[in-house]
Amino acid sequence: MSKVLEKEILEKESAGEPKQEILRVTDLKKYFPIKSGVLQKTVGHIKAVDGISFSINKGETLGIVGESGCGKSTAGRTIIRLEEPTEGKILFKGKDISHMKEKELRKQVRREIQMIFQDPYASLNPRKTLGSTIVEPLNEYNLYGNQKQRLERVGELLETVGLDSSYSNRYPHEFSGGQRQRIGIARTLALDPEVIIADEAVSALDVSIQAQVINLMQRLQEEFELTYMFISHDLSVVRHISDKVAVMYLGKIMEIADKNSLYEEPMHPYTQALLSAVPVPKKHGATQRERITLKGDIPNPANPPKGCVFCTRCPAAMDICREVQPILKTKKENHSVACHLFE
Amino acid sequence: MSDLLTIENLKTYFFKKKKVIPAVDGVDLKIKKGETIALVGESGCGKSLTSLSIMRLVPKPGGEIVEGKVNLDGVDLTKLTENEMCKVRGRDVSMIFQEPMTSLNPVLTIGEQLIEVIINHQKVSRPKAREKSIELLKIVGFSRAEEIMKDFPHRLSGGMRQRVMIAIALSCNPKLLIADEPTTALDVTIQAQILELMKGLTKEFDTSILLITHDLGVVSELAERVVVMYGGQVVEEAPIDSILNNPYHPYTDGLIQSVPSLTGEIKELHTIKGNVPSPDQFPKGCRFAPRCHKAFDRCFNEHPDLKAISDSCSVRCFLYEDKQEEEEYNV
Repeated sequence: MSKVLEKEILEKESAGEPKQEILRVTDLKKYFPIKSGVLQKTVGHIKAVDGISFSINKGETLGIVGESGCGKSTAGRTIIRLEEPTEGKILFKGKDISHMKEKELRKQVRREIQMIFQDPYASLNPRKTLGSTIVEPLNEYNLYGNQKQRLERVGELLETVGLDSSYSNRYPHEFSGGQRQRIGIARTLALDPEVIIADEAVSALDVSIQAQVINLMQRLQEEFELTYMFISHDLSVVRHISDKVAVMYLGKIMEIADKNSLYEEPMHPYTQALLSAVPVPKKHGATQRERITLKGDIPNPANPPKGCVFCTRCPAAMDICREVQPILKTKKENHSVACHLFE
Repeated sequence: MSDLLTIENLKTYFFKKKKVIPAVDGVDLKIKKGETIALVGESGCGKSLTSLSIMRLVPKPGGEIVEGKVNLDGVDLTKLTENEMCKVRGRDVSMIFQEPMTSLNPVLTIGEQLIEVIINHQKVSRPKAREKSIELLKIVGFSRAEEIMKDFPHRLSGGMRQRVMIAIALSCNPKLLIADEPTTALDVTIQAQILELMKGLTKEFDTSILLITHDLGVVSELAERVVVMYGGQVVEEAPIDSILNNPYHPYTDGLIQSVPSLTGEIKELHTIKGNVPSPDQFPKGCRFAPRCHKAFDRCFNEHPDLKAISDSCSVRCFLYEDKQEEEEYNV
């Protein structure tokens, strides 16, 4: 009885709120062991993702930006459970999936969280026709009755992403990068997922094709009420597609905010430097921005600096930054930052 | 300022079975001393192959420069023998590639690779070459240059490797530096460092740079003039300000508009419909016509020429034909 009641209360709550939380990640950690010696002893850990927390509402897009090696891809892969999380919780629709067994995952989660990969050349099997690639998830889950109906569905999917349904007999090598990325999206959509994790989905494409794919992703989001987690290093693309943006550095979230708040009033020195480093086509009337050039590279994630992980490159570093790790705190409405400057 | 490099009607074709693939099809280009020119276009438009043709590094067998002249300071590079060309490469023209990971030798130290280039092209002793190498590494921003000399490439990060590449490219004070997507593989903060460095170089050494990229942001940081390529041909050539604010060719316009903005808010991105045609399937008529939203009958049947429409701008498009005639009339 009590369970039914709980469910009712939950439903009532969600009906009252305009936006429903679909994914919540709390203190997620993923450490990779470093092994060395003859006995392959673990001598240390690479802290690829080191305690990140965020939530995404249904129908929204969370952008994750950061330089290479900051752990943004690992975060995506851990959430979809391609990597086992070391610590922390992943709540999908209120259910903890962080330690769910593979069998359970397949039954309950895999269908609803899907992933689009970066390299459209490597993520399709070159020896399979488009039809058999896209029909595979449908077979796996026994959807749409018989094989003929499934193939019809494949045709529909191809048309949804702007390709011709007759392409299903062709092989991946016959398509260009942009078309392949569309095929990847069609395969992702085959199971009617709710959340799509797009890991650098448009980075390998030319700008004119990139624009086509971004528009397609936005159209699909409206049509199917999809929730995106959009991982990219391209700050302009992320601004265009996201509602909320998280900035990662060395496995930690440095700042997370609504996109306008983040792009117009960045608080963290790293976010400011990152934004100022993007070269922008200088049109007339555009204000000349001052560039903050950061010195050096990202430190080794196996041996991150003590205190704030950014302190080695931060232009505003103080003594406390080298000693105490700052905690992500809400400073404005929907704007959290992890920095001692705002204590 | 005099012209350092003039390319006239360069044609590089690939011969595959019985097909002829015109990957670079009649490119004209001029670079003055100390000037930075950007070559812009999407993948497959022939921009990298144009630069490889200048260096005479067109992939063989299959590829060949069939026509045209590449004049560097009065010497026609296409007429040189392979041995003579070897002396030009690295000394007069050097190149930075996109992938700093694959363009350094993994089994030689950074020092070895720098010294080798200097000894090959200049008559200096080994200790002198070593001294010069350390100096170069300091120029490109390494504070611990002596230690870096002993390091192997895998010990360095992407940005550091690209700086080593720039040091090698600069080791013989080349007249022309060809930078093929020098920052594409790098993160924005590292990209900013490299761009600052390259900007400094043109001022300090009076080196001309041919920058090949698809990133219009990078272009507006560095270049003075922009050459837009499509389908193996130049479709527009103009100063950077003119290109960004008042592009003539519909392709250039589409290219600029499809980049999402970092500052403004747009609901839907502008797109260019269709795909870049592969070089063996160029349409009859204007090569951009099937994707152009302004195309009319003539575009599908005739091939437009590159014509000057003002002192500094030229464009390959029938839309501006009237304007060109007016210009001629006024002259």
